[in-house]
Order: sequence, then C-alpha cells, then structure tokens
Amino acid sequence: MSKIRIATTSLAGCFGCHMSFLDMDERLVGLLEYVEFDRSPLTDIKHCQPCDIGLVEGGLCNAENVHVLREFRQQCKILIAVGACAINGGVPAMRNHYTVQECLEEAYLNGVGVDNPMIPSDPELPLLLSKVHPLHEVVRVDYYLPGCPPSGDAFFTILSDLLAGKEPSLPKAMLHYD
Amino acid sequence: MSNTLFIDGQEIPFAPGQTIMDASLEAGIYIPHLCHKPGLTPHGSCKLCTVEVDGRSVSACTLPAAAGMKVDNNTPALQEVRKTLVQMLFVEGNHLCPTCSKTGDCTLQALGYHFGMLDGHFPPFYPRREVDASHPDLVLDRDRCVLCELCVRASREQDGKNVFAISGRGASAHIIVNTSSGKLGDSDLTLDDAAAHICPVGAILPKNHGCEVPFGRRTFDLHSVAESDVAHVGLQKTEHHDE
Repeated sequence: MSKIRIATTSLAGCFGCHMSFLDMDERLVGLLEYVEFDRSPLTDIKHCQPCDIGLVEGGLCNAENVHVLREFRQQCKILIAVGACAINGGVPAMRNHYTVQECLEEAYLNGVGVDNPMIPSDPELPLLLSKVHPLHEVVRVDYYLPGCPPSGDAFFTILSDLLAGKEPSLPKAMLHYD
Repeated sequence: MSNTLFIDGQEIPFAPGQTIMDASLEAGIYIPHLCHKPGLTPHGSCKLCTVEVDGRSVSACTLPAAAGMKVDNNTPALQEVRKTLVQMLFVEGNHLCPTCSKTGDCTLQALGYHFGMLDGHFPPFYPRREVDASHPDLVLDRDRCVLCELCVRASREQDGKNVFAISGRGASAHIIVNTSSGKLGDSDLTLDDAAAHICPVGAILPKNHGCEVPFGRRTFDLHSVAESDVAHVGLQKTEHHDE
C-alpha cells in the first residue's frame, strides 16, 4: 500500500507549530509507517508534488507566501490551516495597525540598535503585502487546527483521524486559541 | 396560571419582574451570554442569549419571563447562530489570543470554545484602535473591546462614578473615558472599582499582573463557560492548588 503523502510549510509563522508537530515524539515513528513527507522544512524538498495532506503554518505577509499557499492548495487534496497565524493572522497581523512603510522604517531605519540603516531592496526579496491575511482569505481551507501552537496531541489526533478515514475532530479540552 | 416557564421543555419557576435570563440562571440552566452580568441593568447588545419564544428570536436577558412561556434555548440552529455572532465579534476587533494577557480568562474566547469555533470565518477587519496606557494600574486596549458596556454600567451603577461611555456609531463605535483629556489616567477609576475588573475580554486589564497564572491553568483552560459556578477570576495571582 502506498503511503499517505504529507507536505508542510511555514509561511508568516515562527516555526513553533512545526516544533509542536515534532512534539508527537515517538508517535512520529509509528506515523512514518503510514505517511511520508513531501515538501517540508523537515525534508528540505523545495516544491510540492501531488499530496494527500498539506499542513500550513503561518499567515500571508508577502507575495511568496501567497505563491506557496496556492501551490499547496493545488497539490494537496486536504489543506489544513495550522495554528493561530494561519487562522487569523496571529502575531504578525499586529503590524496591520501600521503601513508597510512605517514597519520598514521602524525595523531598518529607526529601530533600537540598528547599524547601517537601510531598507532592504534586493529584487529577490518577496514584496510585502500591505496587510497580513489568514489563509482562508485566499484559498479554500478544509480543516482548522487552532492553537499557538496546537499541541503535539492535537496534531496526532487530526492525523490519526484522517489516516483512519474519519472526519477529524478535537475533544473540547484540546481546543485552544493560545 | 402559576409563575413558571419552560426552557427546552423543562419547567422552571420565576418571580414577577424576572427576565428569562434571571430565571434560567437561578434554575442553573445555561443560556450563553457575554454582555450580561447579574446585578447590572440588562443591556441586550451581544445577542448571544438569543432564544426563541413562540418562534420569535428575543434576548433572554431583556425579555421578562411570563407564565407558560415556551423558550427554545439549546437547539442546534441557535447554537449555530450564536457561534456566528462570536465569529463576528472576533473579526471586527483585534482578538489575537496568544498576544493577550486575558487569554484563558476571557469570556469571548470561552464562548468560542463552547461553540466549537475554529476560525473567524469572515475576513478580519483589523481595525486600528487606540490603546490608553495612561493609568498607573490599568490599561485600556480598545483592540479587544466588544462594546458590551459592562464597564460603563459597573462604573455608574456599582462604583457610583461615571468613567466610561460609548461614542460613535456602527463600525466607529468605541469606548471613551469621561475626562477632559479623554485619558484613563485622569479619571477617578481605581484598581478596586468594579469597572476595573468587569471586562469580559482583555480591553481593561490590570497592569503588572498579566502572566502570574500561566497559560493552560486559567479559568477556561480548566472549566467550561457553561458551568454555572465559574466565577470571574482576576488576573492577579492567588495561591495555586499545587503550590
């Protein structure tokens, strides 16, 4: 039997959800009997082949995030928004109170301890969006896994349910936005 | 006819003058609510206590109970409507739970948990709102204000002061402070006022005590908002059971 293919990525996130994913600890070994990883920071594969499940951490703060998200949506049968940032923008969305110009000036010109003040302008840098957005504003999201981050148990629950062919659900005690 | 009404078919008594909410709270039946607090004049603004009486949607916190009244409360349709109301409250403010020291003690968040809310569903507004940190002991963060007016009412009715009001209409409605500068620091609000602790969300918070109780050990981490004995818990650390 071929294995279930899972892709993961972190967009405008902190990789905390990926760290929490690894908190499944030894259960990952059992999981690997049934799944294999495609594009993911864990494999360093750069582009997504057709997958069964896509786990997307983080919201959308720049053009590259939108591009990657569309690739995931195109290639993954099931797309899961993982964590607060993917669901409502989270901490990065706190910059939505300010213009991009104000953010750049604070970070690269006027911030405390800035050496050689200069706003980066390398053409390879992805352009920032004017605001940070949650995933569901751009693509259809199949499931949401809230939490900052979702616990290893929450990851294990949603993946176990999906592997068993069940509609995934979380016990209420595991539902957290923080 | 005796003074009883029926909530989801369960007959409960009421005293003349009581609302549906008063009677249900006394009978230990949970009707979800955010802007209601016993002892304060009902406000009827959050609409989370929407129930159906004879097929009409009404606010349980404002409608007087009547003999023989048949109230639908815990129905799948109403729970779905209430969840949508919570989602609308989330997206119209800046409710970023991981950044808020009220997380775990927040009634809005607990209602989200209660209704199994996973996402805001609607595009978030990300409104830009003013933070007022001028008070030595309290901070007013309008990002999280849900315009429930609990602080407005508590200040007037319990503290005998008149510190807060709502100004503006529609999307520009916001909480204002009754001082010539508009700053909380110039008001006579003190840390021991009811209005300083009544905020159901993280809009009015005590300074310097935000993280004394760790995430995961707070009121709604351990209890459901539907438990009738869940008292409001302040953010100041008290002795923990495992210490």
